[in-house]
Amino acid sequence: MKKFIHTTLAAALLAVSSLASAQTLLNASYDVAREFYKDYNQAFVAHYKKTTGKDIKIDQAHGGSSAQARAVNDGLDADVVSMNTTTDIEFLANNGVVAKDWAKKFPNNASPTTSTMLFLTRNGNPKGIKDWDDLTKPGVQVIIVNPKTGGNGRMAYLAAWAYARKKGQTDAQAAEFVSKIFKNVPVLAKGGRDATTIFLQRNIGDVLVTFESEVVSVDREFGEGKVDAVHPSVSIIAENPVAVVERTVAKKGTGELAKAYLNYLYSDEAQEIAAKHALRPRSPALLKKYAATFKPIQLVPVSEYFGSLSEAQKVHFNDGGQFDKIYTVK
Amino acid sequence: MALFSLARSHKAARVLPGFNITLGFTLTYLSLIVLIPLSALIFKTFTLTWDQFVEAVTGPRVMASYRLTFGASLIAALVNVVFGLLVAWVLVRYDFFGKKVVDALVDLPFALPTAVAGISLTALLAGNGWVGQYLEPMGIQLAFNPNGVVIALIFIGLPFVVRTVQPVLEDAEKELEEAATCLGATRWQTFTRVIFPSIAPALLTGFAMAFARAIGEYGSVIFIAGNMPMVSEITPLIIIGKLEQYDYAGATAVAVVMLVISFILLLVINALQAWQRRHTGAPA
Repeated sequence: MKKFIHTTLAAALLAVSSLASAQTLLNASYDVAREFYKDYNQAFVAHYKKTTGKDIKIDQAHGGSSAQARAVNDGLDADVVSMNTTTDIEFLANNGVVAKDWAKKFPNNASPTTSTMLFLTRNGNPKGIKDWDDLTKPGVQVIIVNPKTGGNGRMAYLAAWAYARKKGQTDAQAAEFVSKIFKNVPVLAKGGRDATTIFLQRNIGDVLVTFESEVVSVDREFGEGKVDAVHPSVSIIAENPVAVVERTVAKKGTGELAKAYLNYLYSDEAQEIAAKHALRPRSPALLKKYAATFKPIQLVPVSEYFGSLSEAQKVHFNDGGQFDKIYTVK
Repeated sequence: MALFSLARSHKAARVLPGFNITLGFTLTYLSLIVLIPLSALIFKTFTLTWDQFVEAVTGPRVMASYRLTFGASLIAALVNVVFGLLVAWVLVRYDFFGKKVVDALVDLPFALPTAVAGISLTALLAGNGWVGQYLEPMGIQLAFNPNGVVIALIFIGLPFVVRTVQPVLEDAEKELEEAATCLGATRWQTFTRVIFPSIAPALLTGFAMAFARAIGEYGSVIFIAGNMPMVSEITPLIIIGKLEQYDYAGATAVAVVMLVISFILLLVINALQAWQRRHTGAPA
């Protein structure tokens, strides 16, 4: 149904665009990127007008990251995709919808921004939570997204695992460590926003593990001062990859525009917009400028312990994988 | 003789002309709306070998989710049968101020987006909710565990029972009950011997619909269930989880299993209904 709506929407947009003659770009993106891309699109449209004199129109379609990837795979005519996990674009590449070497088409693994996992605690941090170890303590309730249903949860799991490995533990010990954290989880949220709701509106849990970028929206939605952001000593780099949907641009002839749109994400202007939305910019100068938000903690790339996100998916999150064992092996 | 045959042919005539055309239409329509999408589902699972299929549909998490989904749906449907009958009875037999409003309220679970239902039920029953805050100190937890699943399913299933039983109760002849009373039947006897047999088929239909609806329910349950593997994961969530790992075939395999179980259960209920109708001779 959702796909149907997306397709009809896309079809309707196409019809409108051919009437208006201005080129239209559809960006299929993940849920919580809505506000960032709203601001970025404005900036890009102005920039494009200034440099080429042409008017363009950018449309956005948002949904769960992998639901969006499935929609594009099944026929949603998006020109570009911007996701929050590389596996979503990997899936499109395997099906020939985006280029096989998509990660090399743009700088930094085609990920103009990154995020990382950190903790939100109740105001004043009453349980004194400082690092991943504190999440394993008895009596501490942890809210995490179900890694089965949300990329947010997968990154949280991998971050905890990476922390254990960084401390010199073996894979077996890391498994034990992560398992202990999940034993402290009273409710597994379905997605990132669901987790925030459980933590803040249902008032369940002592600590919420979520994306750094979620902190800003929490302050905006629930008022500042309700939660404390706690940066653990080690966390993971979550890349926000982008790609041109070759299938669509070949049909619509929007290849150049799509490329320009994604390239501009690396410009200083766009990186600054990203920083304001708590997405870590790649630019070191901007990272320093916003150091209050982006505390310099030890960041581990997924490749360091897991090969790639796709391999991590296979070993840890697919059915029968390491994550299932936490709940099925007594 | 001529008159007889005329009467016969008259009897055979149906309200809508052309039995063949209408049957053809029915089959085409059912195929387009129901059968083709469902066969697409089944074809997708053909990409799996038999062993892969079995593995996908019998994993421990999946098995736990069947138990929860079918168990909670059954409990919810049973609760709805009892209380739905009560609601229908009150709405049919009594006149009171605001009856029209109460009558309309019954349909609300139909109209409400299920996610809204789930969110409001959670807000109510969670540890800090209006109701939950009083229950939690007593050790009663209604949200984020299987109890929450049952409650959400009761909510969405209620109108099915009320709306199927209500018209039958309206048509039931009150004179029969009066006659029963005159003949010395106790209230209980009147209910079990006179009223119940006449509404039982409708009650069964309501039960079947509430049950079937509950099995497929996703939106309202997902917010209140807590979604813990092995404890409070419903089968539709397992399907979403499999889609999330791009395991289309595995997702459809689980869906097919759900479909087959539901279909068998509905067949059994239909057969039960037919048997009950023959047994009591009550009109359908």
